Amino acid sequence: MLDDNDRIFRNLYGLDDWGLAGARRRGGWDGTKAIIDKGRDWIVNEMKASGLRGRGGAGFPTGMKWSFMPKDNADGRPSYLVVNADESEPGTCKDREIMRHDPHTLVEGCLIAGCAMGAHVGYIYVRGEFIREREHLQAAIDQAYEANLIGKNNIHGFPFDLYVAHGAGAYICGEETALLESLEGKKGQPRLKPPFPANVGLYGCPTTVNNVESIAVAPDILRRGAAWFASIGRPNNVGTKLYGISGHVNTPCVVEDAMSIPFRELIEKHGGGIRGGWDNLLAIIPGGASCPLIPAADCEELIMDFDGTRAVKSSFGTAGVIVMDKSTDVVAAIARISYFFKHESCGQCTPCREGTGWMWRVLSRMVEGRAHKREIDMLLEVTKQVEGHTICALGDAAAWPVQGLIRAFRPEIERRIEEFSRKATLDDQGILDPAHLVAAE
Amino acid sequence: MAMTKLIIDGKEIEVPAEYTLLQACEAAGAEIPRFCYHERLSIAGNCRMCLVEVKGGPKPVASCAWGVRDCRPGPKGEPPEISTRSPMVKKAREGVMEFLLINHPLDCPICDQGGECDLQDQAMGYGVDTSRFAENKRAVEDKYLGALVKTSMNRCIQCTRCVRFAAEICGVPEMGATGRGEDMEITSFLETALTSELQGNLVDICPVGALTSKPYAFAARPWELGKTQSIDVMDAVGSAIRVDTRGREVMRILPRVNEAVNEEWISDKTRHIVDGLRTQRLDRPYIRDNGKLRAATWAEAFSAIAAKVAGSKKIGAIAGDLAAVEEMFALKQLLASMGSANLATQSAGAFDAAAGRASYIFNPTIAGIEQADALLIVGANPRKEAAVLNARIRKAWRTGALKVGVIGEKADLTYRYDYLGAGTDSLAELVAGKNAFADVLKNAKHPIVLVGAGVAARADGAAVLAAAAKLASDFGVIKDGWNGFAVLQTAASTVGALDIGFAPTSGSLSLAQMTSAGSLDVLFSLGADDVKVADGTFVVYIGTHGDRGAHRADVILPGAAYTEKSGIFVNTEGRVQMAERAGFPPGDAREDWAVIRALSDVLGHKLPYDSLAALRQAIFKAAPHLMRIDQIEAGDAGAIKTLAGKGGTVDKTPFKASVEDFYLTNPIARASAIMAECSRLASGQMLTAAE
Repeated sequence: MLDDNDRIFRNLYGLDDWGLAGARRRGGWDGTKAIIDKGRDWIVNEMKASGLRGRGGAGFPTGMKWSFMPKDNADGRPSYLVVNADESEPGTCKDREIMRHDPHTLVEGCLIAGCAMGAHVGYIYVRGEFIREREHLQAAIDQAYEANLIGKNNIHGFPFDLYVAHGAGAYICGEETALLESLEGKKGQPRLKPPFPANVGLYGCPTTVNNVESIAVAPDILRRGAAWFASIGRPNNVGTKLYGISGHVNTPCVVEDAMSIPFRELIEKHGGGIRGGWDNLLAIIPGGASCPLIPAADCEELIMDFDGTRAVKSSFGTAGVIVMDKSTDVVAAIARISYFFKHESCGQCTPCREGTGWMWRVLSRMVEGRAHKREIDMLLEVTKQVEGHTICALGDAAAWPVQGLIRAFRPEIERRIEEFSRKATLDDQGILDPAHLVAAE
Repeated sequence: MAMTKLIIDGKEIEVPAEYTLLQACEAAGAEIPRFCYHERLSIAGNCRMCLVEVKGGPKPVASCAWGVRDCRPGPKGEPPEISTRSPMVKKAREGVMEFLLINHPLDCPICDQGGECDLQDQAMGYGVDTSRFAENKRAVEDKYLGALVKTSMNRCIQCTRCVRFAAEICGVPEMGATGRGEDMEITSFLETALTSELQGNLVDICPVGALTSKPYAFAARPWELGKTQSIDVMDAVGSAIRVDTRGREVMRILPRVNEAVNEEWISDKTRHIVDGLRTQRLDRPYIRDNGKLRAATWAEAFSAIAAKVAGSKKIGAIAGDLAAVEEMFALKQLLASMGSANLATQSAGAFDAAAGRASYIFNPTIAGIEQADALLIVGANPRKEAAVLNARIRKAWRTGALKVGVIGEKADLTYRYDYLGAGTDSLAELVAGKNAFADVLKNAKHPIVLVGAGVAARADGAAVLAAAAKLASDFGVIKDGWNGFAVLQTAASTVGALDIGFAPTSGSLSLAQMTSAGSLDVLFSLGADDVKVADGTFVVYIGTHGDRGAHRADVILPGAAYTEKSGIFVNTEGRVQMAERAGFPPGDAREDWAVIRALSDVLGHKLPYDSLAALRQAIFKAAPHLMRIDQIEAGDAGAIKTLAGKGGTVDKTPFKASVEDFYLTNPIARASAIMAECSRLASGQMLTAAE
């Protein structure tokens, strides 16, 4: 378990003052100038050495991402830092805790990250539904301006302006290029890649889009040294991480702990155990709704990090663990997730626009068993037709939960289909009586 | 040019580095299915039909959006390998096709796109033959887009071609998508009628049957139509068209590709004039008896003319906007044999045939607009006078290289411009260098001074033309290898008429003189509907429609419309083009040249040709450049210098564009109910569904 001294978010529960005074008391804004004075190359190298992987779900090494930004802006285009605070995936609820209880970690992180990539302007794109979070964040930025920590002529010697932009609540705007479109005032639809944002991003200028947590941990990493951060967790999966535990546990919470913590330990220590005991566990979704579920059998030895979840054919995502006990209608749960992706698909490209609705409709029939067994394979094939054929990753995200369900709970789906057929009432001509059918939609 | 080596389907090929994979695959001879991609529009990459496999990549890539530059060479520096036929690609295409079809209605038998539908064709080529979709199909409400485009939005595959076309080519960002995911719907802003003169092209651009032609709805099937390649005469651009006929009837008009003139667009007037070809037609000769027109036979009509001509000294002829070179030449010869040189066209204004070709054609050529870096528009509204040419200006402007200045009416031209003033004094100020735009023109590499036909129609037209020519020669618009003096004619007949000398000369009457009282005994009107002939003149009207000219006529001889005769037309660039016959004139009507030839016999001045071929030989002898179809006989730039030297006094009335109502410029358009509806929509006299 993570030592209290190793915690980065020391006011995660809002017990202390979230403002500047509180942040300073907790060690924030300490020695920031010394870090910035060491220059962007040092910062980038230190971030690389720390082994920090992006906390937004894909796990791309943050230091490397920062190093992609152009060293000089010879062509006259400025560089931009954009922070993705459009946290909308079901099960993920970590960034909002940072923004409302420890916003100065993010503001300070933005300054440092901006310095590391030569960006004098940063935008934080906050999810539409986050009202209080935005207010706290804006207040923190105002405090930082007032204390001259950021701004044109700040005490750190790196001119940096920070703005908060408010989304309108679309999940797709958490996709980095859709976020940029939305930030530019356009309809939030992902862009084609390449070109990548590091070349052509916000307003056609080099841009790096980072998750809130990735940015917020940067000041502490640089203050305490890459080696400290890299010593926590196991190789390739280092550092501390915010876990969001929700679902059928006794004490749902957001908690900071070391990477690579065994799943069982995480649940027992922080989640208060599974409702009804460990044996009552049915499955978990390890990192937000888009990750394939992991059945209870695989949870026994599960290590909560990128490699550990991949070993059981799922993914770490944002570490927003959704725990489902045996009272869960797992097919209905995945059907609901499927509805979420159908609802949030932007509609730009064909496979996702058409496929998400199809998957949801078939799945919602399967909830009551009103389907054919062959449709299970058809559904699986449809998910494969969506996966990897879309502009952005939402298509993949919509396909994976369904694939996970079929992989782990195929017998359950088949059982329901059999059950439904057995109970079905035939009319006098031997045809399924429509009166006993419930409308699919 | 930097070339890059690729291996496509096992075949090694070198392509320019800036190519997309789709272009590269096509260069290698591989066929790539696509819906959203259109070579004249920006890349959307949303239909996902053009997926190909790049070796080493985990998933297929959209070839329309993936650059050759974005492909990485193999570990040992081998060229990138692309496969368009691998199992991965086949699977991906089948998958995308299935997704496109699950919510697409199976109404091909009643869909106007049937038979020429991209979705139909590609479903045959790349789809599977069964459906696995057991749910209900999506229903989408149809949208109102105006009088020309019919919608059937259930069929829409959300490729957004129409959105991009409206925003990029038309310059009217009135279309867009509302909603999200499977609820995404294409619509116009508040469902009002589109305001573009190019909106008919949306029907061509739509790869499915979602946007179809409203006037042509349920009229015919593509495979039952005869197809004739021809030339449009609605304006002086001379767009390449295809006239589709069923039996004698013209069913629709579609654009043909001609990169030099219209690319692949045509204006709405060009496309939807069709019903005007059927209504109000003159299908037999008429004679005015006691103030009333009565039907007559050809012999009666001819003898009535002969009787009148016999006692007349003062004879003249005016040609209308739609006259082909053939009939004008024949009429000119007929008048010459009767000792008259009183010739004019209704739209040539102050343009002087004797001044040389360069003084009345669009010298830089339409395609040349794309090279231009500065454009001064004097007394023209290209959007209304030549909608397709205006799209070319917009295209050049969108690249950022073209700066535009306007002297004349302040209108929405679909691109931004510096407004320099309304009248001749603004022109004088510019010449004096009092405006910053003077420097833009002077410093430009390829400047264009575009002069509208409306300028020449003014009373002081000759002087204003001279002033514009002076500006052009003073500002270096004419230089080695570049002649930027561009006259935008509005009538299809004007340049041809000037080329063969169907125009006033020093010894003959001008248009204004011919139409004034007492100057002429007999006037031959070759479809000249926009001139007001004074009372007392005996008017012989040779034309197609019961329009203004026919109302004034004393004898009407029914002629053939442009789709019913083979004729030479010279467009505003001076490009010689030939319109072909797609059908026959109605009733007793005959081709105009034949009418004139027959009349000449009765008048005792028999013209020396019995066939169109013989007539053309005579034309080519007089004007050899008319023989070279699709080519431009470049004018001598010296003509502009001469014109510039002419001087003259100008008055201060503001410039007026020569086209007031885009939709009603000629007798065919005025006979068309569709054009009338468009005109009412455009002028706001007709409220649309949403209002």
